[in-house]
Amino acid sequence: MSDQEKQQPVGSKAAWNPQPGGGSSPLVQLTLIRFREFLREPEAVFWTFIFPLLLAGGLGLAFRSRPNDVAKVGVLSSAPAADAMRAALAGDSNLQVVSLDDTAAATALQIGTVALVVVPLDSANVEYRFDRAREEARTARLLVDQALQRKRGRVDAVTVRESLISERGSRYIDFVLPGLLAMNLMGSGMWGIGFSIVDARRKKLLKRFVATPMRRHHYLASFLLMRLGLMVIEVTVIATFGYFAFGVPMRGSLVAFGVACLLGALVFGSLGLLVASRARTIEAASGLMNLLMLPMWVASGVFFSAGNFPDAVQPVIQALPLTAVVDAVRGIMIQGMGWSGLAPEFAIITTWLVLSFGIALRFFRWR
Amino acid sequence: MAGAPLALEVHALRKTFGTVVAVDSLDLEVQAGECFGLLGPNGAGKTTTIEICEGLQEPDSGDVVVLGQRWASDERALRERLGVQLQETQFSEKVTVEETVALFRSFFQRGPAVQEIIHLVQLDEKRGARVGTLSGGQKQRLSVACALAGDPELLFLDEPTTGLDPQSRRQLWDLVEALRASGRTIVLTTHYMDEAERLCDRVAIVDQGKVIAIDTPRGLIRSLGAEQVVEVELAEGAMVPPGLFAATAGVLGSRIDGPVWTLQVSAAHEAVPALLRTLEAANLSLTELRTHTPTLEDVFVSLTGRHLREQ
Repeated sequence: MSDQEKQQPVGSKAAWNPQPGGGSSPLVQLTLIRFREFLREPEAVFWTFIFPLLLAGGLGLAFRSRPNDVAKVGVLSSAPAADAMRAALAGDSNLQVVSLDDTAAATALQIGTVALVVVPLDSANVEYRFDRAREEARTARLLVDQALQRKRGRVDAVTVRESLISERGSRYIDFVLPGLLAMNLMGSGMWGIGFSIVDARRKKLLKRFVATPMRRHHYLASFLLMRLGLMVIEVTVIATFGYFAFGVPMRGSLVAFGVACLLGALVFGSLGLLVASRARTIEAASGLMNLLMLPMWVASGVFFSAGNFPDAVQPVIQALPLTAVVDAVRGIMIQGMGWSGLAPEFAIITTWLVLSFGIALRFFRWR
Repeated sequence: MAGAPLALEVHALRKTFGTVVAVDSLDLEVQAGECFGLLGPNGAGKTTTIEICEGLQEPDSGDVVVLGQRWASDERALRERLGVQLQETQFSEKVTVEETVALFRSFFQRGPAVQEIIHLVQLDEKRGARVGTLSGGQKQRLSVACALAGDPELLFLDEPTTGLDPQSRRQLWDLVEALRASGRTIVLTTHYMDEAERLCDRVAIVDQGKVIAIDTPRGLIRSLGAEQVVEVELAEGAMVPPGLFAATAGVLGSRIDGPVWTLQVSAAHEAVPALLRTLEAANLSLTELRTHTPTLEDVFVSLTGRHLREQ
């Protein structure tokens, strides 16, 4: 308290009979408060807007297309014809050849510094050591084999003419950016809403609101409105960044894209409400959030195709809300999918939205 | 005030939490326009009682009528007419004073302008300050401001000055007095007897979920029948013959608490000389003697044998 305030005569004991004054719409006020709370929290702004850009930038650089990429292969130095083999392979511009002893070769294969190790057994026999599951190892095997066979006089039976294209939409960044966009909708929807509500409950602010004539649906709606407002900014920032920094296309209609993002923001906002509907502490809410979100981060095809999982679990994965949002956003941006193609995804998202919002509303703990 | 409409009627209220009985067949009647206090130690059931009256908790049994209406049938209408301040609300720290009051104002159909509410609680200078930067007293005044957003007929204040410094307490008292002067009914809980004495027209003393006395502060104090309270502290280990003080002229009642005897007397100027003579005759030496006019604390002690602030 300031000194100035201390010197003031305390209070006027005159009766207080105020004139009625105007109040504004409660929904507008509640939504304004939501935005103020968010924008005045620098960390929240960082995680929502800046982090996805850094992630997209990082992944885009790491997995950028490398047309002149060479396969790194090792030649086992202890093998009888090692030097001849190295000389034979070194002439090929697609290969980068190193000489390795037994232990070094094993380590190099494990950590991936070479894709394949060539072991010349004698003049007519050669052994390739590599992991079939690794794509670059399979490529290296083809390149080494072609170089060796040609060197020994194999003649190609067919003349091939190569016509090179670099297709936008087929690179890793084209795959991952829509995934990141959907994942961001999930993260900020669930954390943003869930935490604010649990925090208000913990601070008895929720109880204090309930003691006023505030309409409960106004309170819940203010969170969804805030999410929609922020969603527009988030999505625009990420999609624009992808378009200008990496040329990630937007092939489908912007209206369909907008609807997908809107449904995405609403479904994860509702899931956030559901998680926050009973929890009294941040810790409890946090555990529930991770329980819900972790399987989706892994399985919903954000970073790699959900098709990599076994067929048996596909029905479950396809029914997850994040899978539906990722597939819809990716389908629109990269494949230019139309409304009919998106119908199954939109149906899944809407089902989740209705269920989670309904259950959250029914079981919400207001006091 | 007979015949005046009742602002609050509570009949046979009971509320248990598991095996703990928080409120036990409690009755109250608060007249319109009065400032009514629930005075009692922590855990006496004051907050549970007031929160049931505020419609925030369900009683196990009993009847509550607020401003002539009941929670079960008239919740929406009632909420517009009440101002509620809770004990432990923490407002959003990132939001300013003005924004917080405007938010609460928007919940009510009618009420004063935001600036007028802020002016009443003397937070004009802090209008644009974020809640997180306010002092304890300022936060508490903000809390009262939010309770005033709907220009309430009935205002509930739960422990409004607990934990505040003396200066902030006086500012809040002035605020409550201004509200009382405007004819609003105020129900407040407190465990400060000086607060109840200064602010309340009538006080209910609550202990272990029951009302054990209800009257004006003066009436409660008069019920002691004593004009003065004399505290006599004797030397360590002094043996006082039974009935020694009761037999002394002018002493109405006595109570021992450690080495201190608390005596209720009719007139200090007669009782004290008599007391000194008695002590001298019994060969007891005095280490300290104090007198004060009786307070609600003395009433509570005489009713329960315990102090209000005892932990």
